[in-house]
Amino acid sequence: MVDIDRANEKALKTLLEARPFWVDIQPAIDIVPGMKKNLILHSGPPVTWERMCGPQRGAVIGALIYEGLAKSPEEAEKLAASGEIEFDPCHHHDTVGPMAGIVCASMPMIVTENEAGGNRAFNSLNEGIGKVLRMGAYSPDVIERLKWMEDVLGPVLQKAIRKAGRIDLKNIMAQALHMGDELHNRSRAASYILFAKIAPYILETMEDLTKTNEALKFQEANIHSFLGFAMSSAKASLDAASEIEGSSMVTVMARNGTDWGIQVSGLGKQWFTGESPVPDVLLFPGFKKEDVGRDIGDSAIMETYGVGGSAIAAAPAIIQFVGGTVQLAQSKTMDMYEIALGENNVYQIPALDFRGTPTGIDIRKVVSKNLPPFIDTGVAHKDPGVGQVGAGLCDAPMEVFKKALVAFADKYAK
Amino acid sequence: MILNGLFEQELKVVNIGLDSFQQALEQAGFTAVQVNWSPPAGGDEDVMAALKKLGL
Repeated sequence: MVDIDRANEKALKTLLEARPFWVDIQPAIDIVPGMKKNLILHSGPPVTWERMCGPQRGAVIGALIYEGLAKSPEEAEKLAASGEIEFDPCHHHDTVGPMAGIVCASMPMIVTENEAGGNRAFNSLNEGIGKVLRMGAYSPDVIERLKWMEDVLGPVLQKAIRKAGRIDLKNIMAQALHMGDELHNRSRAASYILFAKIAPYILETMEDLTKTNEALKFQEANIHSFLGFAMSSAKASLDAASEIEGSSMVTVMARNGTDWGIQVSGLGKQWFTGESPVPDVLLFPGFKKEDVGRDIGDSAIMETYGVGGSAIAAAPAIIQFVGGTVQLAQSKTMDMYEIALGENNVYQIPALDFRGTPTGIDIRKVVSKNLPPFIDTGVAHKDPGVGQVGAGLCDAPMEVFKKALVAFADKYAK
Repeated sequence: MILNGLFEQELKVVNIGLDSFQQALEQAGFTAVQVNWSPPAGGDEDVMAALKKLGL
């Protein structure tokens, strides 16, 4: 039998040694592998248009209007169902997408490079909170914002990062964990640090004061602007640790609002899926429990990476926002040590005497201890066209880990 | 011998499993520590067999 512990040591070491840098901004069509005009990427495991949840359908409708492939929501729905549009998970294209996770050809993408592994990963720029495409909204103001991001924000950031050369994202994330972020639902500190680092280069490369000012104001006001950088960092780092023969470390956790799926290093790119649960939500004013959609998005890559819900003890400011207590946050992080292969050598939790965050989820530990990973997450309305209804907490469904464990035993217990 | 003296000293209770036992003791004025435990794989036999194959 293959030495699983040794394989896991290798996987964890590769993950810990990963060094993600922001290196560029480019349109998806130019940089995302396999991207084409009629391809729409989505979060989570593979799903057809027929099985897509409301917010993901809403975001597809918005993307088709944004790309000029449809003129109205009705036309977009007809086109999406026609078979002319191809759908594929972001994860199949070195990409991650928050919530609905919709990525299409014209979107400006964050390019993140893992210096240690030499591999890259991509994510779209964050639109802010509330009524946004990633939450399933597709009204004219949503499309207008996407166009502005393509025409103004993307080019401003592209010129700035090319002038800067590269920015060390791991360093920013380590600092942010000391400043109250857990880097999934709260990336306020990381957003400000990145803003401070890139602002001088934005000014240095300025061509138009009005546009530059718009971009600076947008970035300053968006407390989630770092999320895309965090997710692409996690993806680039975990991809380097994927497909290690014999490793039982989880390399992907992702949800499409219908299914919840994982991939395991030693099982390659095979998905193990189950029904996506409904999170426990603290609702925004005006919404009710019946509005809540199922858990959705590739952002669970943050927990897979060893932060987010795994490091929630670092973020007392967010725990109230997602409806929990400081004590719950600490106990959840302590639980995550039970299912982790090790502790992070860079990311620390001040409230736990600067203990390294629990890193490298082992399916053997999850299943034998019956202890699922814990996610803190944004929550979308279950219907297309509405947007975010709140934020909440969610346990990963045990079913997916059990399926992976059985497949892992079939492959390796010989 | 140990049993004979058990109820003559302060009880130190560690409860594994159903937390209602721990709660009942606390309501009666005793201190009890609850251990969050559930059967491996939630008791799913096929998955337990897979764990066994992996030496767990």
